[in-house]
Amino acid sequence: MIHVSTATAEDLTEVSAPERFWNRPRRLGAGVVIIGLLAICLFGPLASSKTARFTLSEDSGGAALSINGDVGAYLFGAITVVLGVLMLAGVAKRWHTAFLVIGIVTFVFSFLCWQVAGNFLPVVSIADGTFDFALPLILGALAGVLGERSGVVNVAIEGQFLMGAFAAALVGTLATSVWAGLIGAVLGGVLIAALLAVLAIRFLVDQVVVGIVLNLLALGITGFLYERLMQPDSAKYNQPPHMPTWSIPGLSNIPVIGPVLFRATLLLWIALILVFVIHFALRRTRWGLRTRAVGEHPTAADTVGVRVRGLRYTNVLIGGAIAGAGGAYFTLMATSAFNKNMTGGAGFIALAALIFGRWTPFGALGAALFFGFTQQLAYYLSAGVGSSVPNQFLNMLPYLATIVAVAGLVGRVRAPAADGVPYTKS
Amino acid sequence: MANDHIDITVEPGEVHALLGENGAGKSTLMNQLYGLLQPDEGEILVDGEVRTFRSPRDAIAAGIGMVHQHFMLVPVFTVAENIALGAEETRGGPLGWLDRRRNRRDVLETSTKYGLPIDPDALVENLPVGAQQRVEIVKALTREVDLLILDEPTAVLTPQETDELLRVLRALAETGKSIVFITHKLREVKAIADRITVIRRGRTVGTATPDTSEDELAALMVGRDVSLEVTKKPATPAHEVLKVTGLVVDDDRGVRAVDGVDLVVRSGEVLGIAGVQGNGQTELVEAIMGLREIRAGRMELEGQNLTGMSTKKILRAGVGYVPEDRSLDGVVREFSVAENLVLDMYDSAPYGNAWRLDPKAIGSSAAQRVEQFDIRTGSTDSAVSTLSGGNQQKVVVAREMSRPLRLLIASQPTRGVDVGSIEFIHNQVVHERDIGTAVLVVSSELEEIYSLADRIAVMYRGRILAIVAPDTPSEEIGLLMAGVTGTAGEDEK
Amino acid sequence: MTTEEVEAPPAPEKKPDSFVTLFLRNLWSANTVTVTILSIFLALVIGAVLIVVSDSEVLSQFGYFTSRPGDALNSSWALISHAYADLFKGAIFDPASVQAWINGTGTWQAAFNPISETLTYAAPLVFTGLSVAIAFRGGLFNIGGQGQSIIGAICGGVAGFAISLPVGLHLIVAIVAGAVGGALWGFLPGFLKARTGAHEVITTIMLNYVALLFLSWLILQSGIQDPNRTDAISKTIGHNAQLPALPAPLRVHLGIVLAVLATAGVAWIINRSSFGFELRAVGVNPPAAKTAGMSVAKTYTLLMVVAGALAGLGGATQVLGTADRLTAQVAGQIGFNGLLVALLGRNRPWGTLFAAILYGALSAGGNLMQVDVGVSLELVTVLQALIVIFIAAPALVKAIFQLRAARSARLGASMAKGW
Repeated sequence: MIHVSTATAEDLTEVSAPERFWNRPRRLGAGVVIIGLLAICLFGPLASSKTARFTLSEDSGGAALSINGDVGAYLFGAITVVLGVLMLAGVAKRWHTAFLVIGIVTFVFSFLCWQVAGNFLPVVSIADGTFDFALPLILGALAGVLGERSGVVNVAIEGQFLMGAFAAALVGTLATSVWAGLIGAVLGGVLIAALLAVLAIRFLVDQVVVGIVLNLLALGITGFLYERLMQPDSAKYNQPPHMPTWSIPGLSNIPVIGPVLFRATLLLWIALILVFVIHFALRRTRWGLRTRAVGEHPTAADTVGVRVRGLRYTNVLIGGAIAGAGGAYFTLMATSAFNKNMTGGAGFIALAALIFGRWTPFGALGAALFFGFTQQLAYYLSAGVGSSVPNQFLNMLPYLATIVAVAGLVGRVRAPAADGVPYTKS
Repeated sequence: MANDHIDITVEPGEVHALLGENGAGKSTLMNQLYGLLQPDEGEILVDGEVRTFRSPRDAIAAGIGMVHQHFMLVPVFTVAENIALGAEETRGGPLGWLDRRRNRRDVLETSTKYGLPIDPDALVENLPVGAQQRVEIVKALTREVDLLILDEPTAVLTPQETDELLRVLRALAETGKSIVFITHKLREVKAIADRITVIRRGRTVGTATPDTSEDELAALMVGRDVSLEVTKKPATPAHEVLKVTGLVVDDDRGVRAVDGVDLVVRSGEVLGIAGVQGNGQTELVEAIMGLREIRAGRMELEGQNLTGMSTKKILRAGVGYVPEDRSLDGVVREFSVAENLVLDMYDSAPYGNAWRLDPKAIGSSAAQRVEQFDIRTGSTDSAVSTLSGGNQQKVVVAREMSRPLRLLIASQPTRGVDVGSIEFIHNQVVHERDIGTAVLVVSSELEEIYSLADRIAVMYRGRILAIVAPDTPSEEIGLLMAGVTGTAGEDEK
Repeated sequence: MTTEEVEAPPAPEKKPDSFVTLFLRNLWSANTVTVTILSIFLALVIGAVLIVVSDSEVLSQFGYFTSRPGDALNSSWALISHAYADLFKGAIFDPASVQAWINGTGTWQAAFNPISETLTYAAPLVFTGLSVAIAFRGGLFNIGGQGQSIIGAICGGVAGFAISLPVGLHLIVAIVAGAVGGALWGFLPGFLKARTGAHEVITTIMLNYVALLFLSWLILQSGIQDPNRTDAISKTIGHNAQLPALPAPLRVHLGIVLAVLATAGVAWIINRSSFGFELRAVGVNPPAAKTAGMSVAKTYTLLMVVAGALAGLGGATQVLGTADRLTAQVAGQIGFNGLLVALLGRNRPWGTLFAAILYGALSAGGNLMQVDVGVSLELVTVLQALIVIFIAAPALVKAIFQLRAARSARLGASMAKGW
């Protein structure tokens, strides 16, 4: 055999070098301690002693969990600190991820106790709103997953949203059918995706450049046609039907989960199913294996006969269809008409969700829900509670969280190796 | 143009060696044969039929397999996934559900059949290069190739691993498969080839049989008589210049790469570090140059502590550095020759100051050094990317030897360089030693170590296993490179 | 980045051709100038199509195209030529008002108004364009020009109305404040890139939105918000802090002069300074720069500070020269448009200046077009994006015009390093 026995050197023990003190668990632990202290020192004293009620419904009625605002703020803050200290001390290493997640959740609870003291927070409507805000983000981030896992950076999600939203409104109105509108949205997304694919894959233009320019192009074209067509005659061009909400009998009666997940629109179900489908397809199918190979090492894929560019075209176009459907949310669900630049940066939050979710479907889902939650919370706190925390700062959270993530403060975020690198032979 | 009307014929069951020096066009030819590049003219016949290969798919369909010089493996995939890629076993029809069990079984079958042990579940990025090469060969064999092309396959192997590979290839040829073996190493050609085609500057310059003498082959390959022997006086080592103690360094992935290295390089001697690529040599050198963070240990230059110093200060303390990856670390390909020659000193007199450059001084110094170091370029303003590999390397050497040096570190100083430039660079290195500089040469080519080193340190898995005299036989060093100690004694003077 | 951007292009080694053959070959081998002109032409053609298909009157005439094709074609042509004539009149000069000035019936201000408008729109774009261009040369893709100009506008604006200083000094302080604010917003992604390797494309995109949200919060705070207003608008910039302008109604102000000076400064930095050498080396090959002893981390950080300062100046110019107050939209799209301008100018300082003036002209002309023929100003955004798409894909332009393939620099392709 080629392998020569290396017995003598196999069992060399490693020379000991001092372990870096600030390793990842310690850094994270320190972070958790800091936010815990913040909760205790800031949220606690600021919170009033009135009762904070978390109602398990869409309004102030029904069953509720109640706690005194200041007690809750201190209590949850203290739990956060304890979890952080456990991580710093390096005990129960297997549970560190759980500690981190619980620590963040208790921090959020501490914050909520302060904010909601003397008031109520309807859990169901918050959850409902979270999924509502998250829906386009999930679809946009999935589009990103498809493109980027095969090596094409998609910064044009915003443009695909906008074109999808516009096409949904236009086609939906002309055909007076919400499903025709959805198909129109898909085609609108595919149109931008096709431009992205051709320019990036065939003409090798820098993918980030193309993405940014396509966003501006979509902004310009939809804005232009909006002003020329829709504004003068909105009845004819810009009154799309609303997407119906369907209830699944039985399932929709489950408390909390039922109204959120099983009394919803088709689009939400599509999005959630796609998360599962893409997750398993990436890991378990020939298409997935090849997609990942093309995203990591296209030349290797090429030398075994995988069509690198063909696969990239396919994935970017499917991604465009999904992002376009995400755009339909804005005109068929959230509002009932198209408006200039109505997506307002949601495409970039979807991009953030993709990165924060580490380029995986379930990661993207989790990130999208987290970002959706912050948006919904910002909305509820400013409108419902009249909070002293400006909603602009809560709305910054997705962006700040992504910066923290890419800076490697919360684990290493690694993009596919060939992401953004055009494939050229020789 | 890389290739100009080359003809080559390979018979079934034959090991055909394609011999040529670096840059002769061997790889280009084989990439055309494998469908990665399209030839401008000419045709490929398989079993007497004209075939056009628009992509590797066509080549694979025609029964051609290739083991590339730079392995074509996805590092984050398992061995089985890498081998399956492109020829996946699937269930569920159009769904294309991967049948991992069958893929895995196919890998094991092929690897046992041909005696190439590999673990199908290992991640490729965790495998040593020798094992990665086995994966590449198994990958080609599972596709039932009739013709297997291997591009410089021995560059990453120990002498013993090389012998084993040659045995495997011979056995494959006996089963009727054709083998094309690309190399620039004469010993291997003579050991394995049934027939030899020599190419030079993109042309076939002759065919030969294995009983042609090495000198004849070398002359054919280079186009003139060459002596690869470097003539040098015996070394006169003086005081210690570089002293490394207990050095521990991690690689990019956080895996221990240098694991407690002690070494000393004296003024007026060349210490050669031999070893299979990937045993920590790169990280060792980068650590000394301040390019990589160290975990423990200490480095001194004539008593001055180098540990924790910036690269700029280390360079200006009198250390010259020829990095192993020329086009990545050595030159800025888009920059002109003149700019590359001042890449280290652009902000110092006479080339400029902390604020501005002096283009006139940069230009005139470049002209003088192009002359002195025999850099073949149209103009000092030409982009370095327009130069040949050998001349690019001379730019690096010229830059690094223009400062007054106490220590010269040369990593793979002649990788991918033509024979003329090899001779020139080797002579420069020896000259530097003779004027009293301490020299550290790292090379995975044992021949280069033999021709330059006054003492040979063998590195394996981040350790210096032994330091031996330059007349130690290559079998012994080969065993050390594979991690086998015991027979070799410490050479302490 | 390509070899093309290296200071001195490689001297041709072949024997010299005659001037005419050289000229013709250059023209037909689709050099950068040809591609630029053809790109603008293509964009205008597509724009014309958009104008026609979005006009219901003309569309209805196409309904009976087969019976009376003349109607549809004539009115299409009338519409397009009117719109593009307005684009020209609004951006460069209107023969009618020039005639009026010569006859003594009009004012010289009216004659020069189009140019004045063009330069007014161009000034901030020069700064944001230079910001992107210099970062690009250093291998960084600064998409954060938008956020940096917002912060620059905030700092410049607040310095403009919150303090009171003598003439001259106040303006300088306000401009410097803008630059410092932008520099700070650029420092963040630069520092993160240098220390942790966080990709600047991601961090700068995110910081754009952080800046925008911060601005929308800030202008509602007491002390910032105009006490006489209920909407989101700040107090007015003090007179001493405003950039001096030509007499009204002309709007062009000192900003364009500063922009030209900045262009010269950036050109000097890139080509003649030691820092420029470092940033160019780091831009094309960071490992080699590091191996030669340069500090890549320091270069990235400093580069983003400089780029941020430039974009901050753009924001400050906008608020001190044109807007006079902070609003949520004070920076408009100048950051994103700066990106287009830099790409169109091929990341060279003087190229960026000319590209900014071209884009300024499109914006100025677009205004007249909207008012006069009712073609939405958004058409200008479409044109601007299309021009850059064509510029960035010269092969596409060459394929359309069947030009001989040539080694025209491919924009940005080598920037592609992924995340």
